Amino acid sequence: MDLQIALLLGQDGITNGAIYALLSLALVLVFAVTRVIFIPQGEFVAFGALTLASFQAGKTPGTLWLLIGAGVAVALIDLSVALRAGHVRRIPRIVAWNLVYPAAAAALIFLVKPNEMPLLAQIVLSLALVVPLGPLTYRLAYQPLAEASVLVLLIVSVAVHLALVGLGLLFFGAEGSRTPAFSDGSIVIGSLTVTGQTLWVLGASLMLIVVLAVFFERTIYGKALRATAMNRTGARLMGISTVMAGKLSFLLASLIGAFSGILIAPITTIYYDTGFLIGLKGFVGAIVGALSSYPLAAAGALLVGLLESYSSFWASAFKEVIVFTLIIPVLVWLSLTTRHVEEEE
Amino acid sequence: MQQRYLLVAFIALLLIAPQLASEFHVTLLNYIGLYSIVAVGLVLLTGVGGLMSFGQAAFVGLGGYATAYLSTATELPGWAAFLGGSPWMGLLVGILLTAGVALLLGLLTLRLSGHYLPLGTIAWSISLYFLFGNLEFLGGHTGISGIPALTLFGLQMKDGRNFFYLIWAVVMVVVWLTLNLLDSREGRAIRALKGGVVMAEAMGVDTARSKVVIFLIAALFGCISGWLYAHLQRFVNPTPFSLYMSIEYLFMAVLGGAGHVWGALVGAGVITILKQWLQDWLPKLFGASGNFEMIVFGFLLVFVLQRARDGIWPILTRLIPQRASIRTVVAAEPLPTKALPDAGQVLLEANNVVKRFGGLVANNNMNLMVRAGEIMALIGPNGAGKSTMFNCVSGVDRATEGKVLFRGREVTSLDSREIAKLGMSRTFQHVRLLATMSVLENAAIGAHLRGSKAVLSSMLHLERAEEKRLLAEAARQVERVGLKDSMFEAAGSLALGQQRTLEIARALCADPCLLLLDEPAAGLRYLEKQALAELLRKLRGEGMGILLVEHDMDFVMGLADRVVVMEFGEKIAEGLPEEVQRNPAVIEAYLGGVE
Repeated sequence: MDLQIALLLGQDGITNGAIYALLSLALVLVFAVTRVIFIPQGEFVAFGALTLASFQAGKTPGTLWLLIGAGVAVALIDLSVALRAGHVRRIPRIVAWNLVYPAAAAALIFLVKPNEMPLLAQIVLSLALVVPLGPLTYRLAYQPLAEASVLVLLIVSVAVHLALVGLGLLFFGAEGSRTPAFSDGSIVIGSLTVTGQTLWVLGASLMLIVVLAVFFERTIYGKALRATAMNRTGARLMGISTVMAGKLSFLLASLIGAFSGILIAPITTIYYDTGFLIGLKGFVGAIVGALSSYPLAAAGALLVGLLESYSSFWASAFKEVIVFTLIIPVLVWLSLTTRHVEEEE
Repeated sequence: MQQRYLLVAFIALLLIAPQLASEFHVTLLNYIGLYSIVAVGLVLLTGVGGLMSFGQAAFVGLGGYATAYLSTATELPGWAAFLGGSPWMGLLVGILLTAGVALLLGLLTLRLSGHYLPLGTIAWSISLYFLFGNLEFLGGHTGISGIPALTLFGLQMKDGRNFFYLIWAVVMVVVWLTLNLLDSREGRAIRALKGGVVMAEAMGVDTARSKVVIFLIAALFGCISGWLYAHLQRFVNPTPFSLYMSIEYLFMAVLGGAGHVWGALVGAGVITILKQWLQDWLPKLFGASGNFEMIVFGFLLVFVLQRARDGIWPILTRLIPQRASIRTVVAAEPLPTKALPDAGQVLLEANNVVKRFGGLVANNNMNLMVRAGEIMALIGPNGAGKSTMFNCVSGVDRATEGKVLFRGREVTSLDSREIAKLGMSRTFQHVRLLATMSVLENAAIGAHLRGSKAVLSSMLHLERAEEKRLLAEAARQVERVGLKDSMFEAAGSLALGQQRTLEIARALCADPCLLLLDEPAAGLRYLEKQALAELLRKLRGEGMGILLVEHDMDFVMGLADRVVVMEFGEKIAEGLPEEVQRNPAVIEAYLGGVE
């Protein structure tokens, strides 16, 4: 391996690592706020990428039907709850978000021709379809079990993951898709050619991290999420709704997931089940951060990206094995340094 | 007796099933059996122990590949040649490999919070899957074929119908072993893992060991299932050992009823049949081929968890009239007791104990001494730091500074389990009982350290003599504290005051020389309090030392030999009850100062 290849592999590793870093941040966020180990994160990656690819191919993405179906289900549940409790004033809001919004999205998609629109509009449209699925999933699967143990929530996550992968197969078929790069340009630094897509991924990831940091530091909702993560009961006593916090954290996670998928789709071919492995690599990063530290999780995710890229050069058949055994030394370290007396369940 | 009839009927059904069922249905039943073996292990691990593994299919794969490779190997190096060609060597090597991996993974993750085991096993599962698929000598993605048939008692098991009996015999043995284990001293320790770790440790249970044990057992059940699978199919490839299969195993355990051993069989049956059925007609419905059954499984599981978290088995058992559980305790030779120290000998000494939680000083320079044959009361207003002091002394928590000596030995940095071994036993302010276990079984956890028979003899029920003595001791202590009439009721059904009393019985089962009681009289009625005071006096008379936290001043003043008063984490007074009652600092602490 000469320097040229080393640099190229490094570039690949950092690009993928940036995506894993975004995902690991979302995983840490969701776990801290809701205690949910968010296995279905990867499905949002795949849904984001494949929805964009469907638009570009001139097809109606199946995620639209999922959005409508989930919206109707949530509307039915929430309306019956609201009517039984006599909260008539909540009804317009429930109808607007769960019925009117998906219907409007469907109308828009059928009226305009998404495949003739500029890329930016296609991306916005994809996000508009996929991102609301996050809070809808929370409402349907997790909210009724919000006080259950981490273990039960984890089983729910696995069940949701399976259901979404199956739906992905149903909507998008078994063939993979790749979307065109955001820009064809590239810049040459010394002997290294950096592609435009790499710059887009890095730039967008950095921007998203900065936006998230500002959100958590400066806004009242960001602070509410941090408060819930630190102490659920305490936050609730201060008037922060844990339901709101749960939905908001899932919204952020599905946004990050779908956006990551859109970023990575020009680099790798995305299949309906690709998201799972991508999401799990985010997990390895999150575990490096002990599921609680954002900077460590991001650093861990970058490490995963680099490890993956270099091991694909030396032992490509074993690259997954190498990446996933990375967590063993991390677990050793954690188990040697943690002493806790904790009552679970 | 109903349950026994049902069991006999079930076994009879198993015996005739292969003669009546078609080839297709025998194969289906064979698979249900193979999956049941794995699911029983998961019930033990997840349902009972509260741990979760996504690696079960990988353990099945380890068992399958070990025997597949060894029984077909022709080019083993000379030193390993004796391993080749025999399914039995394959089984042995598979078991050793599985045990090794499970031990390693268990030791790595089980000391961490509960969610690291599932994450660790996901990684292990994926890694092993890719290894199977990429290692040349294991046949890569095509796998290994030509695995020899099993020969048992001279009978070659080439036929699915013969294999049926072998598989279901193993299923029944696995169920029997697991039920035996749960109904034993080790089993009570395992059942305490979910929601009772702190208590179990304080009773001397090594909970980390119990976790490793059930993880190991579940992995070995997987390995055995894989060995059977390999010789039934006579062919292995990586597909049935993937993470998805691990998830399916977990679904079987959860759906069947995660806490019930028989539920594993129900879950395995339901999922296997449902899968077969869905795979037939879902692709027709959607007009495309693919594993669409996972959509249904996903929805089904979320629904079950939201609506019937205990799964199918408890719903089924409600249909059967329940036989009353065993209601007698067999008399047995009493357990040996340790001689109590001479009265007046110093048992417990706390020197300048400081406990900080972050910036909060919960205990500041606390000094305390308890002698054998005396009742020492620790009193003080709410939030004075009494319970923290209790935790530091008993090893549930660790003092930040200072020294704790128990019977002359420094125990400051020992775990509560180690301290329990030295003869200290305690109750908890917030009652820590296992609500679904009977009063008797809860008390018997206290006697954990007085038994020694371990997992293997428990699984084979070779420890019945010791178990009888443990239960007899538990019954004696339950009777002693006055709960004889509720001996077989679920501990969670008792009134709070009685639950506190049960905690005392549990602590007494440990045969301690020092008893730490955290608010034992709270919630008791007048007569019950008198009876409790009588019991404590009697224990004192026998030479036991008792350290007591209590709010009921009448109770304390009539009982205690000496009193220590705490306020804001510090000792403000110490002495005889009458002296303390007249102490102006104490009066101020309790009644507030006069400006």
